Amino acid sequence: MTGKVMTADEVASELRDGMTIGIGGWGSRRKPMALVRAILRSGVADLTVVSYGGPDVGLLVATGRVRRVVTGFVTLDTIPLEPHFRLGRQNGTVELTELDEGMLHWGLLAAAHRLPFLPIRAGLGSDVPRVNPDLRTVRSPYPDGEELIAMPPLRLDAALIHLNRADARGNGQYLGPDPYFDDLFCRAAARSFLSCEQVVPTGELLASAPVQSLLINRSMVDGVVEAPGGAHFTSCVPDYPRDEAFQAEYAKSAGSQEAWERFAGEYLSGDEADYQKAVRRFRESRAASA
Amino acid sequence: MSPGGVTRAEVCVVACAEAWRGDGATLASPMGLIPSLGARLARCTFAPDLLLSDGEAFLLAPDPPSRGDDGAVEGWLPFRSVFTVVAAGRRHVMMGAAQLDRYGNQNISCIGDWARPKAQLLGVRGAPGNTVNHPVSYWVPRHSRRVFVEAVDMVCGVGYDRAAAAGAGFHELRVVVTNLAVLDFQAPDHTMRLRSLHPGVTLSEVVDATGFALAVPDEVPVTRPPMAAELDLIRGQLDPSGMRDRELA
Repeated sequence: MTGKVMTADEVASELRDGMTIGIGGWGSRRKPMALVRAILRSGVADLTVVSYGGPDVGLLVATGRVRRVVTGFVTLDTIPLEPHFRLGRQNGTVELTELDEGMLHWGLLAAAHRLPFLPIRAGLGSDVPRVNPDLRTVRSPYPDGEELIAMPPLRLDAALIHLNRADARGNGQYLGPDPYFDDLFCRAAARSFLSCEQVVPTGELLASAPVQSLLINRSMVDGVVEAPGGAHFTSCVPDYPRDEAFQAEYAKSAGSQEAWERFAGEYLSGDEADYQKAVRRFRESRAASA
Repeated sequence: MSPGGVTRAEVCVVACAEAWRGDGATLASPMGLIPSLGARLARCTFAPDLLLSDGEAFLLAPDPPSRGDDGAVEGWLPFRSVFTVVAAGRRHVMMGAAQLDRYGNQNISCIGDWARPKAQLLGVRGAPGNTVNHPVSYWVPRHSRRVFVEAVDMVCGVGYDRAAAAGAGFHELRVVVTNLAVLDFQAPDHTMRLRSLHPGVTLSEVVDATGFALAVPDEVPVTRPPMAAELDLIRGQLDPSGMRDRELA
């Protein structure tokens, strides 16, 4: 088994209505946006999305692809509140499983380890159990007898992540400062799809970074997509920072139905190449008016 | 600007700094500009061992007096490690609060009915885990009845009443710093108590801006004003462009 290279649209065509999808990254950082954009084009719907949420969640909510979001937050980082997620919640168009950030981590770890639950303090005393009535506690069988939240596994049908580099066999490398939880998303998922800025020969992976940068090995990955700019407009350092100007444009699109239709028409009506072209036009028009 | 030339924002920076006094080699996680200035001020004066991150994955070495190290990366702290630090209890966070009740139950998730909120805010984020694992303080830049309420709409950060009921043995709320005062939970039943009034603020201002009965001691001290050396650091080093005033505007 060697070549796993496929297109973003081929990844999206592997997804089915009603699936539970985990999305890597964090907030507006290193999100697999090219894969998300492929989902928008695909017509798949009724998804449950598990994510440290950013514009991945916002776009999927805005386009009605998502039935339920499982998260502790949805943010654009420099814009604290994700506007499309906000609208979805306030208009009642999306369901929410609201968890503490650490509980989400623990749920992925439980799934990755094939455990029925992992004990955690986070959630005790808060309203998280109130809004998650299926959540149970467990008492320590040791003399301390402490009662803890029994965080169930967050099992995923598919995981989507974006890294800086990968080889064609699915060995993936992050070059930025934080791996986030991308490896855990893959381990928690039945199938995992990795997009990256550049597919390189295996022998080149360690040319510019130490072995610890190889976060993902090929046993964790079913498909590799070469998607330069594939995290845009989220950050993918050191390849590129967040595109703050474009993110602000995206956020404005939640202002009205007309603003959304204009944004969707300009940026989401074509394929990934059209998107990247439209982003270049956006940059040029800003540079011209500056 | 008060008679001494010290601004309210500067008083707040010092009051925030005081929250971390005595914490040793603990991760200080300030949310907001004035708490961030406070944590950095604490570290370059009376709490030199504090750890501070850049909000991404780096621990940054101290500001002055060791100026040569300003901004140098001294450690790696990706989010997965932050969760471990939280669970290990070696952290003191100062969070914001859209709502806060007398026991310190905090809401940052949403306003209104959770099922269909009037306003979706941040989500619970790490507040449930923070509050049952390590010391937590709060920063409220606009002390008002909208924030200080009888009952919060969604308990994210856990207050003393719920922590006791849940048997949360590591729960500890330190202080609430606002634009008007410093509060703590040292009333006999761990309810909110007025600890000090900022210079120029009256008791009735604070009582009127609080939506529940606050415990008020017979003698309410004035919040410690910044010392000259602290003002020099705030104005010269930490926030030379005066961003701090905007957070109170």
